[in-house]
Amino acid sequence: MSPYEAILLTIITASTPLLLAAIGELVVERSGVLNLGIEGMMVMGAVCGFAAAHVTGSAWLGVLAATFAGIATSLLFGLLTQTLITNQVATGLAITLLGLGLSGLIGSGFVGLPGVKLANVSIPWLSDLPYVGRLIFGQDPLVYISIVLTVGVAYVLNNTRVGLIIRAVGQNHHSAHALGYRVVAVRYACIAFGGATSGLAGAYLSLVYTPQWIENMTAGRGWIALALVVFSTWLPERLAAGAYLFGGVWILGLYAQGMGIGIPSQLLSALPYIATILALVIISTNRRLSVINTPASLGQGFVPDR
Amino acid sequence: MLNKYNKNAQSTLLQVKSITKKFGEFYANDTINLSINAGRVHALLGENGAGKSTLVKMMYGALQPTSGTIHWQGNEVSIASPAHARDLGIGMVFQHFSLFEALTVVENISLALPPELRQGDLSHRIADLSQDYGLPLNPAALVADLSVGERQRIEIVRCLLQQPKLLIMDEPTAVLTPQEAQALFATLRRLVEEGCAVLYISHRLEEVKQICHDATILRHGKLVAEVDPQEETAATLAQLMVGASVHKVSRDNNDQVGDVLLELSNLYQNSSTPFGVDLVDVNLQVKSGEILAVAGIAGNGQGELFGVISGEECNPNQNAISLLGQAGDGLNINQRRCLGAAFVPEERMGHGAVEHLSLTDNILLSRHGCIDTHSPLDRGWLGIDKKQLAQLNQVIGADYDVRKSKEDAAAGSLSGGNLQKFVVGRELNRKPKVLVINQPTWGVDAGAAALIRQAVIDLSRQGSAILIISQDLDEIFELADTIAVMSRGQLSPIYAAGDLTREQIGLMMAGSHEQSDFNSNLDAGA
Repeated sequence: MSPYEAILLTIITASTPLLLAAIGELVVERSGVLNLGIEGMMVMGAVCGFAAAHVTGSAWLGVLAATFAGIATSLLFGLLTQTLITNQVATGLAITLLGLGLSGLIGSGFVGLPGVKLANVSIPWLSDLPYVGRLIFGQDPLVYISIVLTVGVAYVLNNTRVGLIIRAVGQNHHSAHALGYRVVAVRYACIAFGGATSGLAGAYLSLVYTPQWIENMTAGRGWIALALVVFSTWLPERLAAGAYLFGGVWILGLYAQGMGIGIPSQLLSALPYIATILALVIISTNRRLSVINTPASLGQGFVPDR
Repeated sequence: MLNKYNKNAQSTLLQVKSITKKFGEFYANDTINLSINAGRVHALLGENGAGKSTLVKMMYGALQPTSGTIHWQGNEVSIASPAHARDLGIGMVFQHFSLFEALTVVENISLALPPELRQGDLSHRIADLSQDYGLPLNPAALVADLSVGERQRIEIVRCLLQQPKLLIMDEPTAVLTPQEAQALFATLRRLVEEGCAVLYISHRLEEVKQICHDATILRHGKLVAEVDPQEETAATLAQLMVGASVHKVSRDNNDQVGDVLLELSNLYQNSSTPFGVDLVDVNLQVKSGEILAVAGIAGNGQGELFGVISGEECNPNQNAISLLGQAGDGLNINQRRCLGAAFVPEERMGHGAVEHLSLTDNILLSRHGCIDTHSPLDRGWLGIDKKQLAQLNQVIGADYDVRKSKEDAAAGSLSGGNLQKFVVGRELNRKPKVLVINQPTWGVDAGAAALIRQAVIDLSRQGSAILIISQDLDEIFELADTIAVMSRGQLSPIYAAGDLTREQIGLMMAGSHEQSDFNSNLDAGA
């Protein structure tokens, strides 16, 4: 394997969990909900995925468990913010803290145990092609799932009635309600979708990236995913580009360190956030365009008038 | 001309029989009877709080009556929801639109249609129908880019696509230019010719005389009269609505004009909100003893103009604003108040007053920064003179007839008209040298409006310079000495009020003065 191939492979591996978590959050935010609990949902997915895979021996059952763990955590967020109308920012932070703590508790018996790695796809002949074989036809299944999800979300949001309703609910929940749409139900569904993809992102970490359980193994990726959604101005295609950009910058930084080029690691881990701030500054010079995609009722709880 | 349609089928479409709606112990509607016939425009008149909206909401299924029945085409029905009303064939155009700004016209309409009507090429159908009825709309346009008149067309087209038998319109012309209103009337006439019935709610009595066949008048939740508007005058209709003759605003001609107290010269201002309007080269002067009215349809930069003059928006260019002879640039709103200026914003709730604070607290909010003889902060920085505040509240309440449940009620508990009287009274009480009011009587009933307008005139005759921003032409002609028109952030030259007709103002509201060449357009249109 040539060095360039190795670099590209690691970039994809580093970017996929970001893309998975962010694409769900994008849908959640488009429906007008700000869920800051991605990190918590991810880490719950990671620990439950690892545990299920370790116990059953099946990586796919691990993936399934991780998805459901993410959904369950997100539904707790939904119950609090949509039914009980709590503050979304505070609740999201609480979910992150809860997820980090609870996952530590669940995972205490699994530390240091061998994990089950999700096998890479192997297509005879195609996967063995020089240069592009491993890269395009030999990834793990979650990479393909993340790409399918991104394309699917872009299509649904822009071209289908479901997407139109999600955007309408996120734009102006009072009008949507007046027209007879069930704002809270739509938001619950979006929150659950966000939970599912965050769970998948967690599974990616504990079943593919490093097939073992380490406490706090999400290491802030949930926050990067959150920044990514803003960075993309709520557009799925920009989100995908941003995810690979952030992943790329991170991996290149590691290689640079390995080759003795002195870049402080702190600067590297700050890069995604700096990039997001820069993106926000650039976006804000063209207010009109960014606001069209920005969900106008983002973060506001919905209480019907009557 | 109207009589032609009167001969149309007289079948009763919707009948309301002794309907009553109680909110707690308060009767919003008290045994009201009303019947609407196909092929006619039926006016529903009344002051704010007379119960018009409540009645209409029950017809549209948004509220359920406490007692009484509704009959649709002869059968008793209980209209459970707006969707049910739409199924029956009742469409409604609301006063405050329920549109999604960041979506396109076709997306907005599609969201509101039942599944069977969404099929096929909706854009095409919208374009056809809007052309057909003279309501031009571009289906692919973003709502945020459209004028208020165009937004109203979306709501009307949305109703028409469902082929309603009864169309309810709540104050449809409140946001239109005179020309746009005439186009709307043409559409309504065509609809009734086709056998549709229209229930038309309006404050504007001249319009009612112009297009309505029947009129029902409500006062304090009760039906007071059913009249033929053709046989009434605007004055008799107003009398029926108010229950007494409306106090006429009086003003003597003004020859006490003095120095320029407020001046904007070559003012440019970029809007701070995404869908706002940038101000382009605005010039105006208001002299002592003079009332300048800035006419224009809402959302053409009036909010930005108010913000720049009040100091809520920073203006970067030097010397663009002059207040009482001093450069206003760089002064914040309290510093401007200290100079002797006062400001009444358009939104009384949330901008002019804080909903959950008491009236005395609300007085303090616009007085605290400026210690003058009328300030409740005489005791110095830390002390609040509650006694003086309470006294002030009493004086304002008495002078401006603010009706409230208790002396120091929460601002949110006042009705719209009373809160407006309070907010205007709070500022006028200081006898400001410069007063800027945005929409002084928006959504305020006739009695309260007359009181506010008289107070404004009296202040100007005492030598203050007053700038009024309004879209109500009646109000403008009642108050203004000079008039300028704003459209898309540009302000026309200033004219003496006597030199302009409604039609000319209407043309300017539609933008005829933009980018110079104003006079030739005016001649062509007049």
